[in-house]
Amino acid sequence: MNKCYLGVDIGSISTKGVIIDEKFNILSSNYIWTLGNPIDAVKKLISTLSIPENYKLCGIGTTGSARKLIGLMLGANVVKNEIMAHAVGTLSFYKNARTILEIGGQDSKIIILNNGVITDYAMNTLCAAGTGSFLSSQSKRIGVDINDFGEMALKSKNPVKIAARCTVFAESDLIHKAQLGYKKEDIVAGLCKSVVLNYLNNVGKGKKIFEPIVFQGGVSKNKGVVKYFNEVLNTNVIVDDNSHLMGAIGIAILSSQGESKELSLNINDIKFETKGFECKGCSNNCEIVKIFKDDKLIDSFGNKCEKGVKLK
Amino acid sequence: MDKVIAFPMMGNYYIPANYLFSKISDCKIMLAPKITSKTIELGAKNSPDFLCTPFKYTLGTYIECLENGANILIQMGGGCRYGYYYELQEKILSDLGYEFKYYNLVSKGHTDIKKIYNIMKEINPNLKKIRSLYHLLVTIKMVKFMDYIDNYIRENKAYEVNKGEFDETLNSMLDELKNVNGYMNLRKIIKKYKKKIKNIKINKPDNNIKIGIIGELYTLMEPFANNNIEETLINYGVEIKRFTNVTYLLFEKCKKSKKYLKKLNNIKYKMGADAMDNIYYTKYLIDNNYDGIIHIKSSFCTPEIGSMGIINKMCEENNMPVLFMSMDANTSSVGFETRIEAFYDMIEMRKKNE
Repeated sequence: MNKCYLGVDIGSISTKGVIIDEKFNILSSNYIWTLGNPIDAVKKLISTLSIPENYKLCGIGTTGSARKLIGLMLGANVVKNEIMAHAVGTLSFYKNARTILEIGGQDSKIIILNNGVITDYAMNTLCAAGTGSFLSSQSKRIGVDINDFGEMALKSKNPVKIAARCTVFAESDLIHKAQLGYKKEDIVAGLCKSVVLNYLNNVGKGKKIFEPIVFQGGVSKNKGVVKYFNEVLNTNVIVDDNSHLMGAIGIAILSSQGESKELSLNINDIKFETKGFECKGCSNNCEIVKIFKDDKLIDSFGNKCEKGVKLK
Repeated sequence: MDKVIAFPMMGNYYIPANYLFSKISDCKIMLAPKITSKTIELGAKNSPDFLCTPFKYTLGTYIECLENGANILIQMGGGCRYGYYYELQEKILSDLGYEFKYYNLVSKGHTDIKKIYNIMKEINPNLKKIRSLYHLLVTIKMVKFMDYIDNYIRENKAYEVNKGEFDETLNSMLDELKNVNGYMNLRKIIKKYKKKIKNIKINKPDNNIKIGIIGELYTLMEPFANNNIEETLINYGVEIKRFTNVTYLLFEKCKKSKKYLKKLNNIKYKMGADAMDNIYYTKYLIDNNYDGIIHIKSSFCTPEIGSMGIINKMCEENNMPVLFMSMDANTSSVGFETRIEAFYDMIEMRKKNE
């Protein structure tokens, strides 16, 4: 029997899953929308992933903003933040990468590497300016499907200037320019460019960007954004075919290095439920989240002090 | 009407403050409720949005105390915007319709014993000079001792052999400090707990991860304001160095900061509040081979915004990892944990590959 590992990256917008073998080859993968319900999204994801014959699952890793919850649900052996996962995933394909640019749904980050070691990183502040969710909400406003966004931007010869600093300003700029009668492709191209400038101004601020540069996360699938990264940085950024899966691949690799235990993927028949309640121990009113597996309490989090109800 | 004194909360410093006021005033003392999300909600609701967070925390505490019947409020101003909290908070609170007296003991970061005495004399006309000096000295000794113990805990708690021993010792020490009635009594407690804390078994590896925490004073010293960053790091197994405490701010800063300024060749003058001190600490942490620096401040803290660029440059030149965190009234803990965990992982990874 060969060993294989599952990595799940549950972001705010999309849920990514991969199964890799010991040499980090992808055996099965999928990318679906989270739609605000990570538990259902993961159930759906797992049902579409398949473990080939002669393989047995030896590790599960979870990352992304719902990593804790899904880690519990799947019985993961490694639960890690996105920065480590992305760095490890990227380094397994590009050993000498120096900079990772990552733009996801709510988060964007920059990771600086040197000889395969993270030496610096930065994440956006808690505001989601210049991320995937900004692009997708604007695409709805102007009536363009987000999947056609990149191709459309490439057609533009004269992208409009859109303020890059803050999403609120960008949005009023966008509405203004649209009302002036600019072509749609020029506006779309302007938006892509503003995402790039916003990212470099806010997240990449003060960081020295060395080549090779790897660009990943959901937004890396947008050819318009890639084009303007190349233009602004005056170089060619690398976009892997699996750039949207890098976090999941990274966490799968990390799970292969963790303590291994035999795991199964039969979670479809199991009922998972989270219940939130406010602890009334003090005026903190901590929102405590309890997680039930088949009506049995398996864990809880959110408690801030010793007064809170000890649930375990 | 009974006179009831209240003062803002910051960490465990309410214990010495309570001792001092109970000995030198003839008022009842109201211990403010611990800071919770309700405190900050009340404070944020009644503050200008762009003010720094300590203003909101202290204002929230005052409102809670006034609601419970306090009528004398005590504030200590720092050497930045903190110095003007007094005027604005007095205005806001009286606009809200409360009746109270409001005293600022320390203005612009200078501790003036004579001024404090005069204010206390106004509150309690029967105050005796020698007596109040005696109690002040006991209070100072207590603060210094608490800071000494805290420093030791920060350095060693991550490596205790029997989990929970430090917490237990600290809690019983604080309980005893609450009942101190004079110098001899305090000296006994100090002797007992200095010995007790040193006897806690620790198992510190040679190559442990050491992180320095610097930044704005209130956010550093009130665990609620910084999402309990020290506990988070200690759980990862980190040795922590923190310079800022009340001992430093009130009794040492005046002298030491002049020395610090001389040792820095990239700074020519103090930059307000603790900005220059933090730049010196950065130099200290770099020179003493610490593994990382975390700089935390409340949003809109102007002196620290000034220091951040310089700290960033020093760290870059010396290949020192640094993480900047800005805390406000509504920082969710998920994003906070991700950033701290990633910072720790990065340092661990660097260390392994050295």
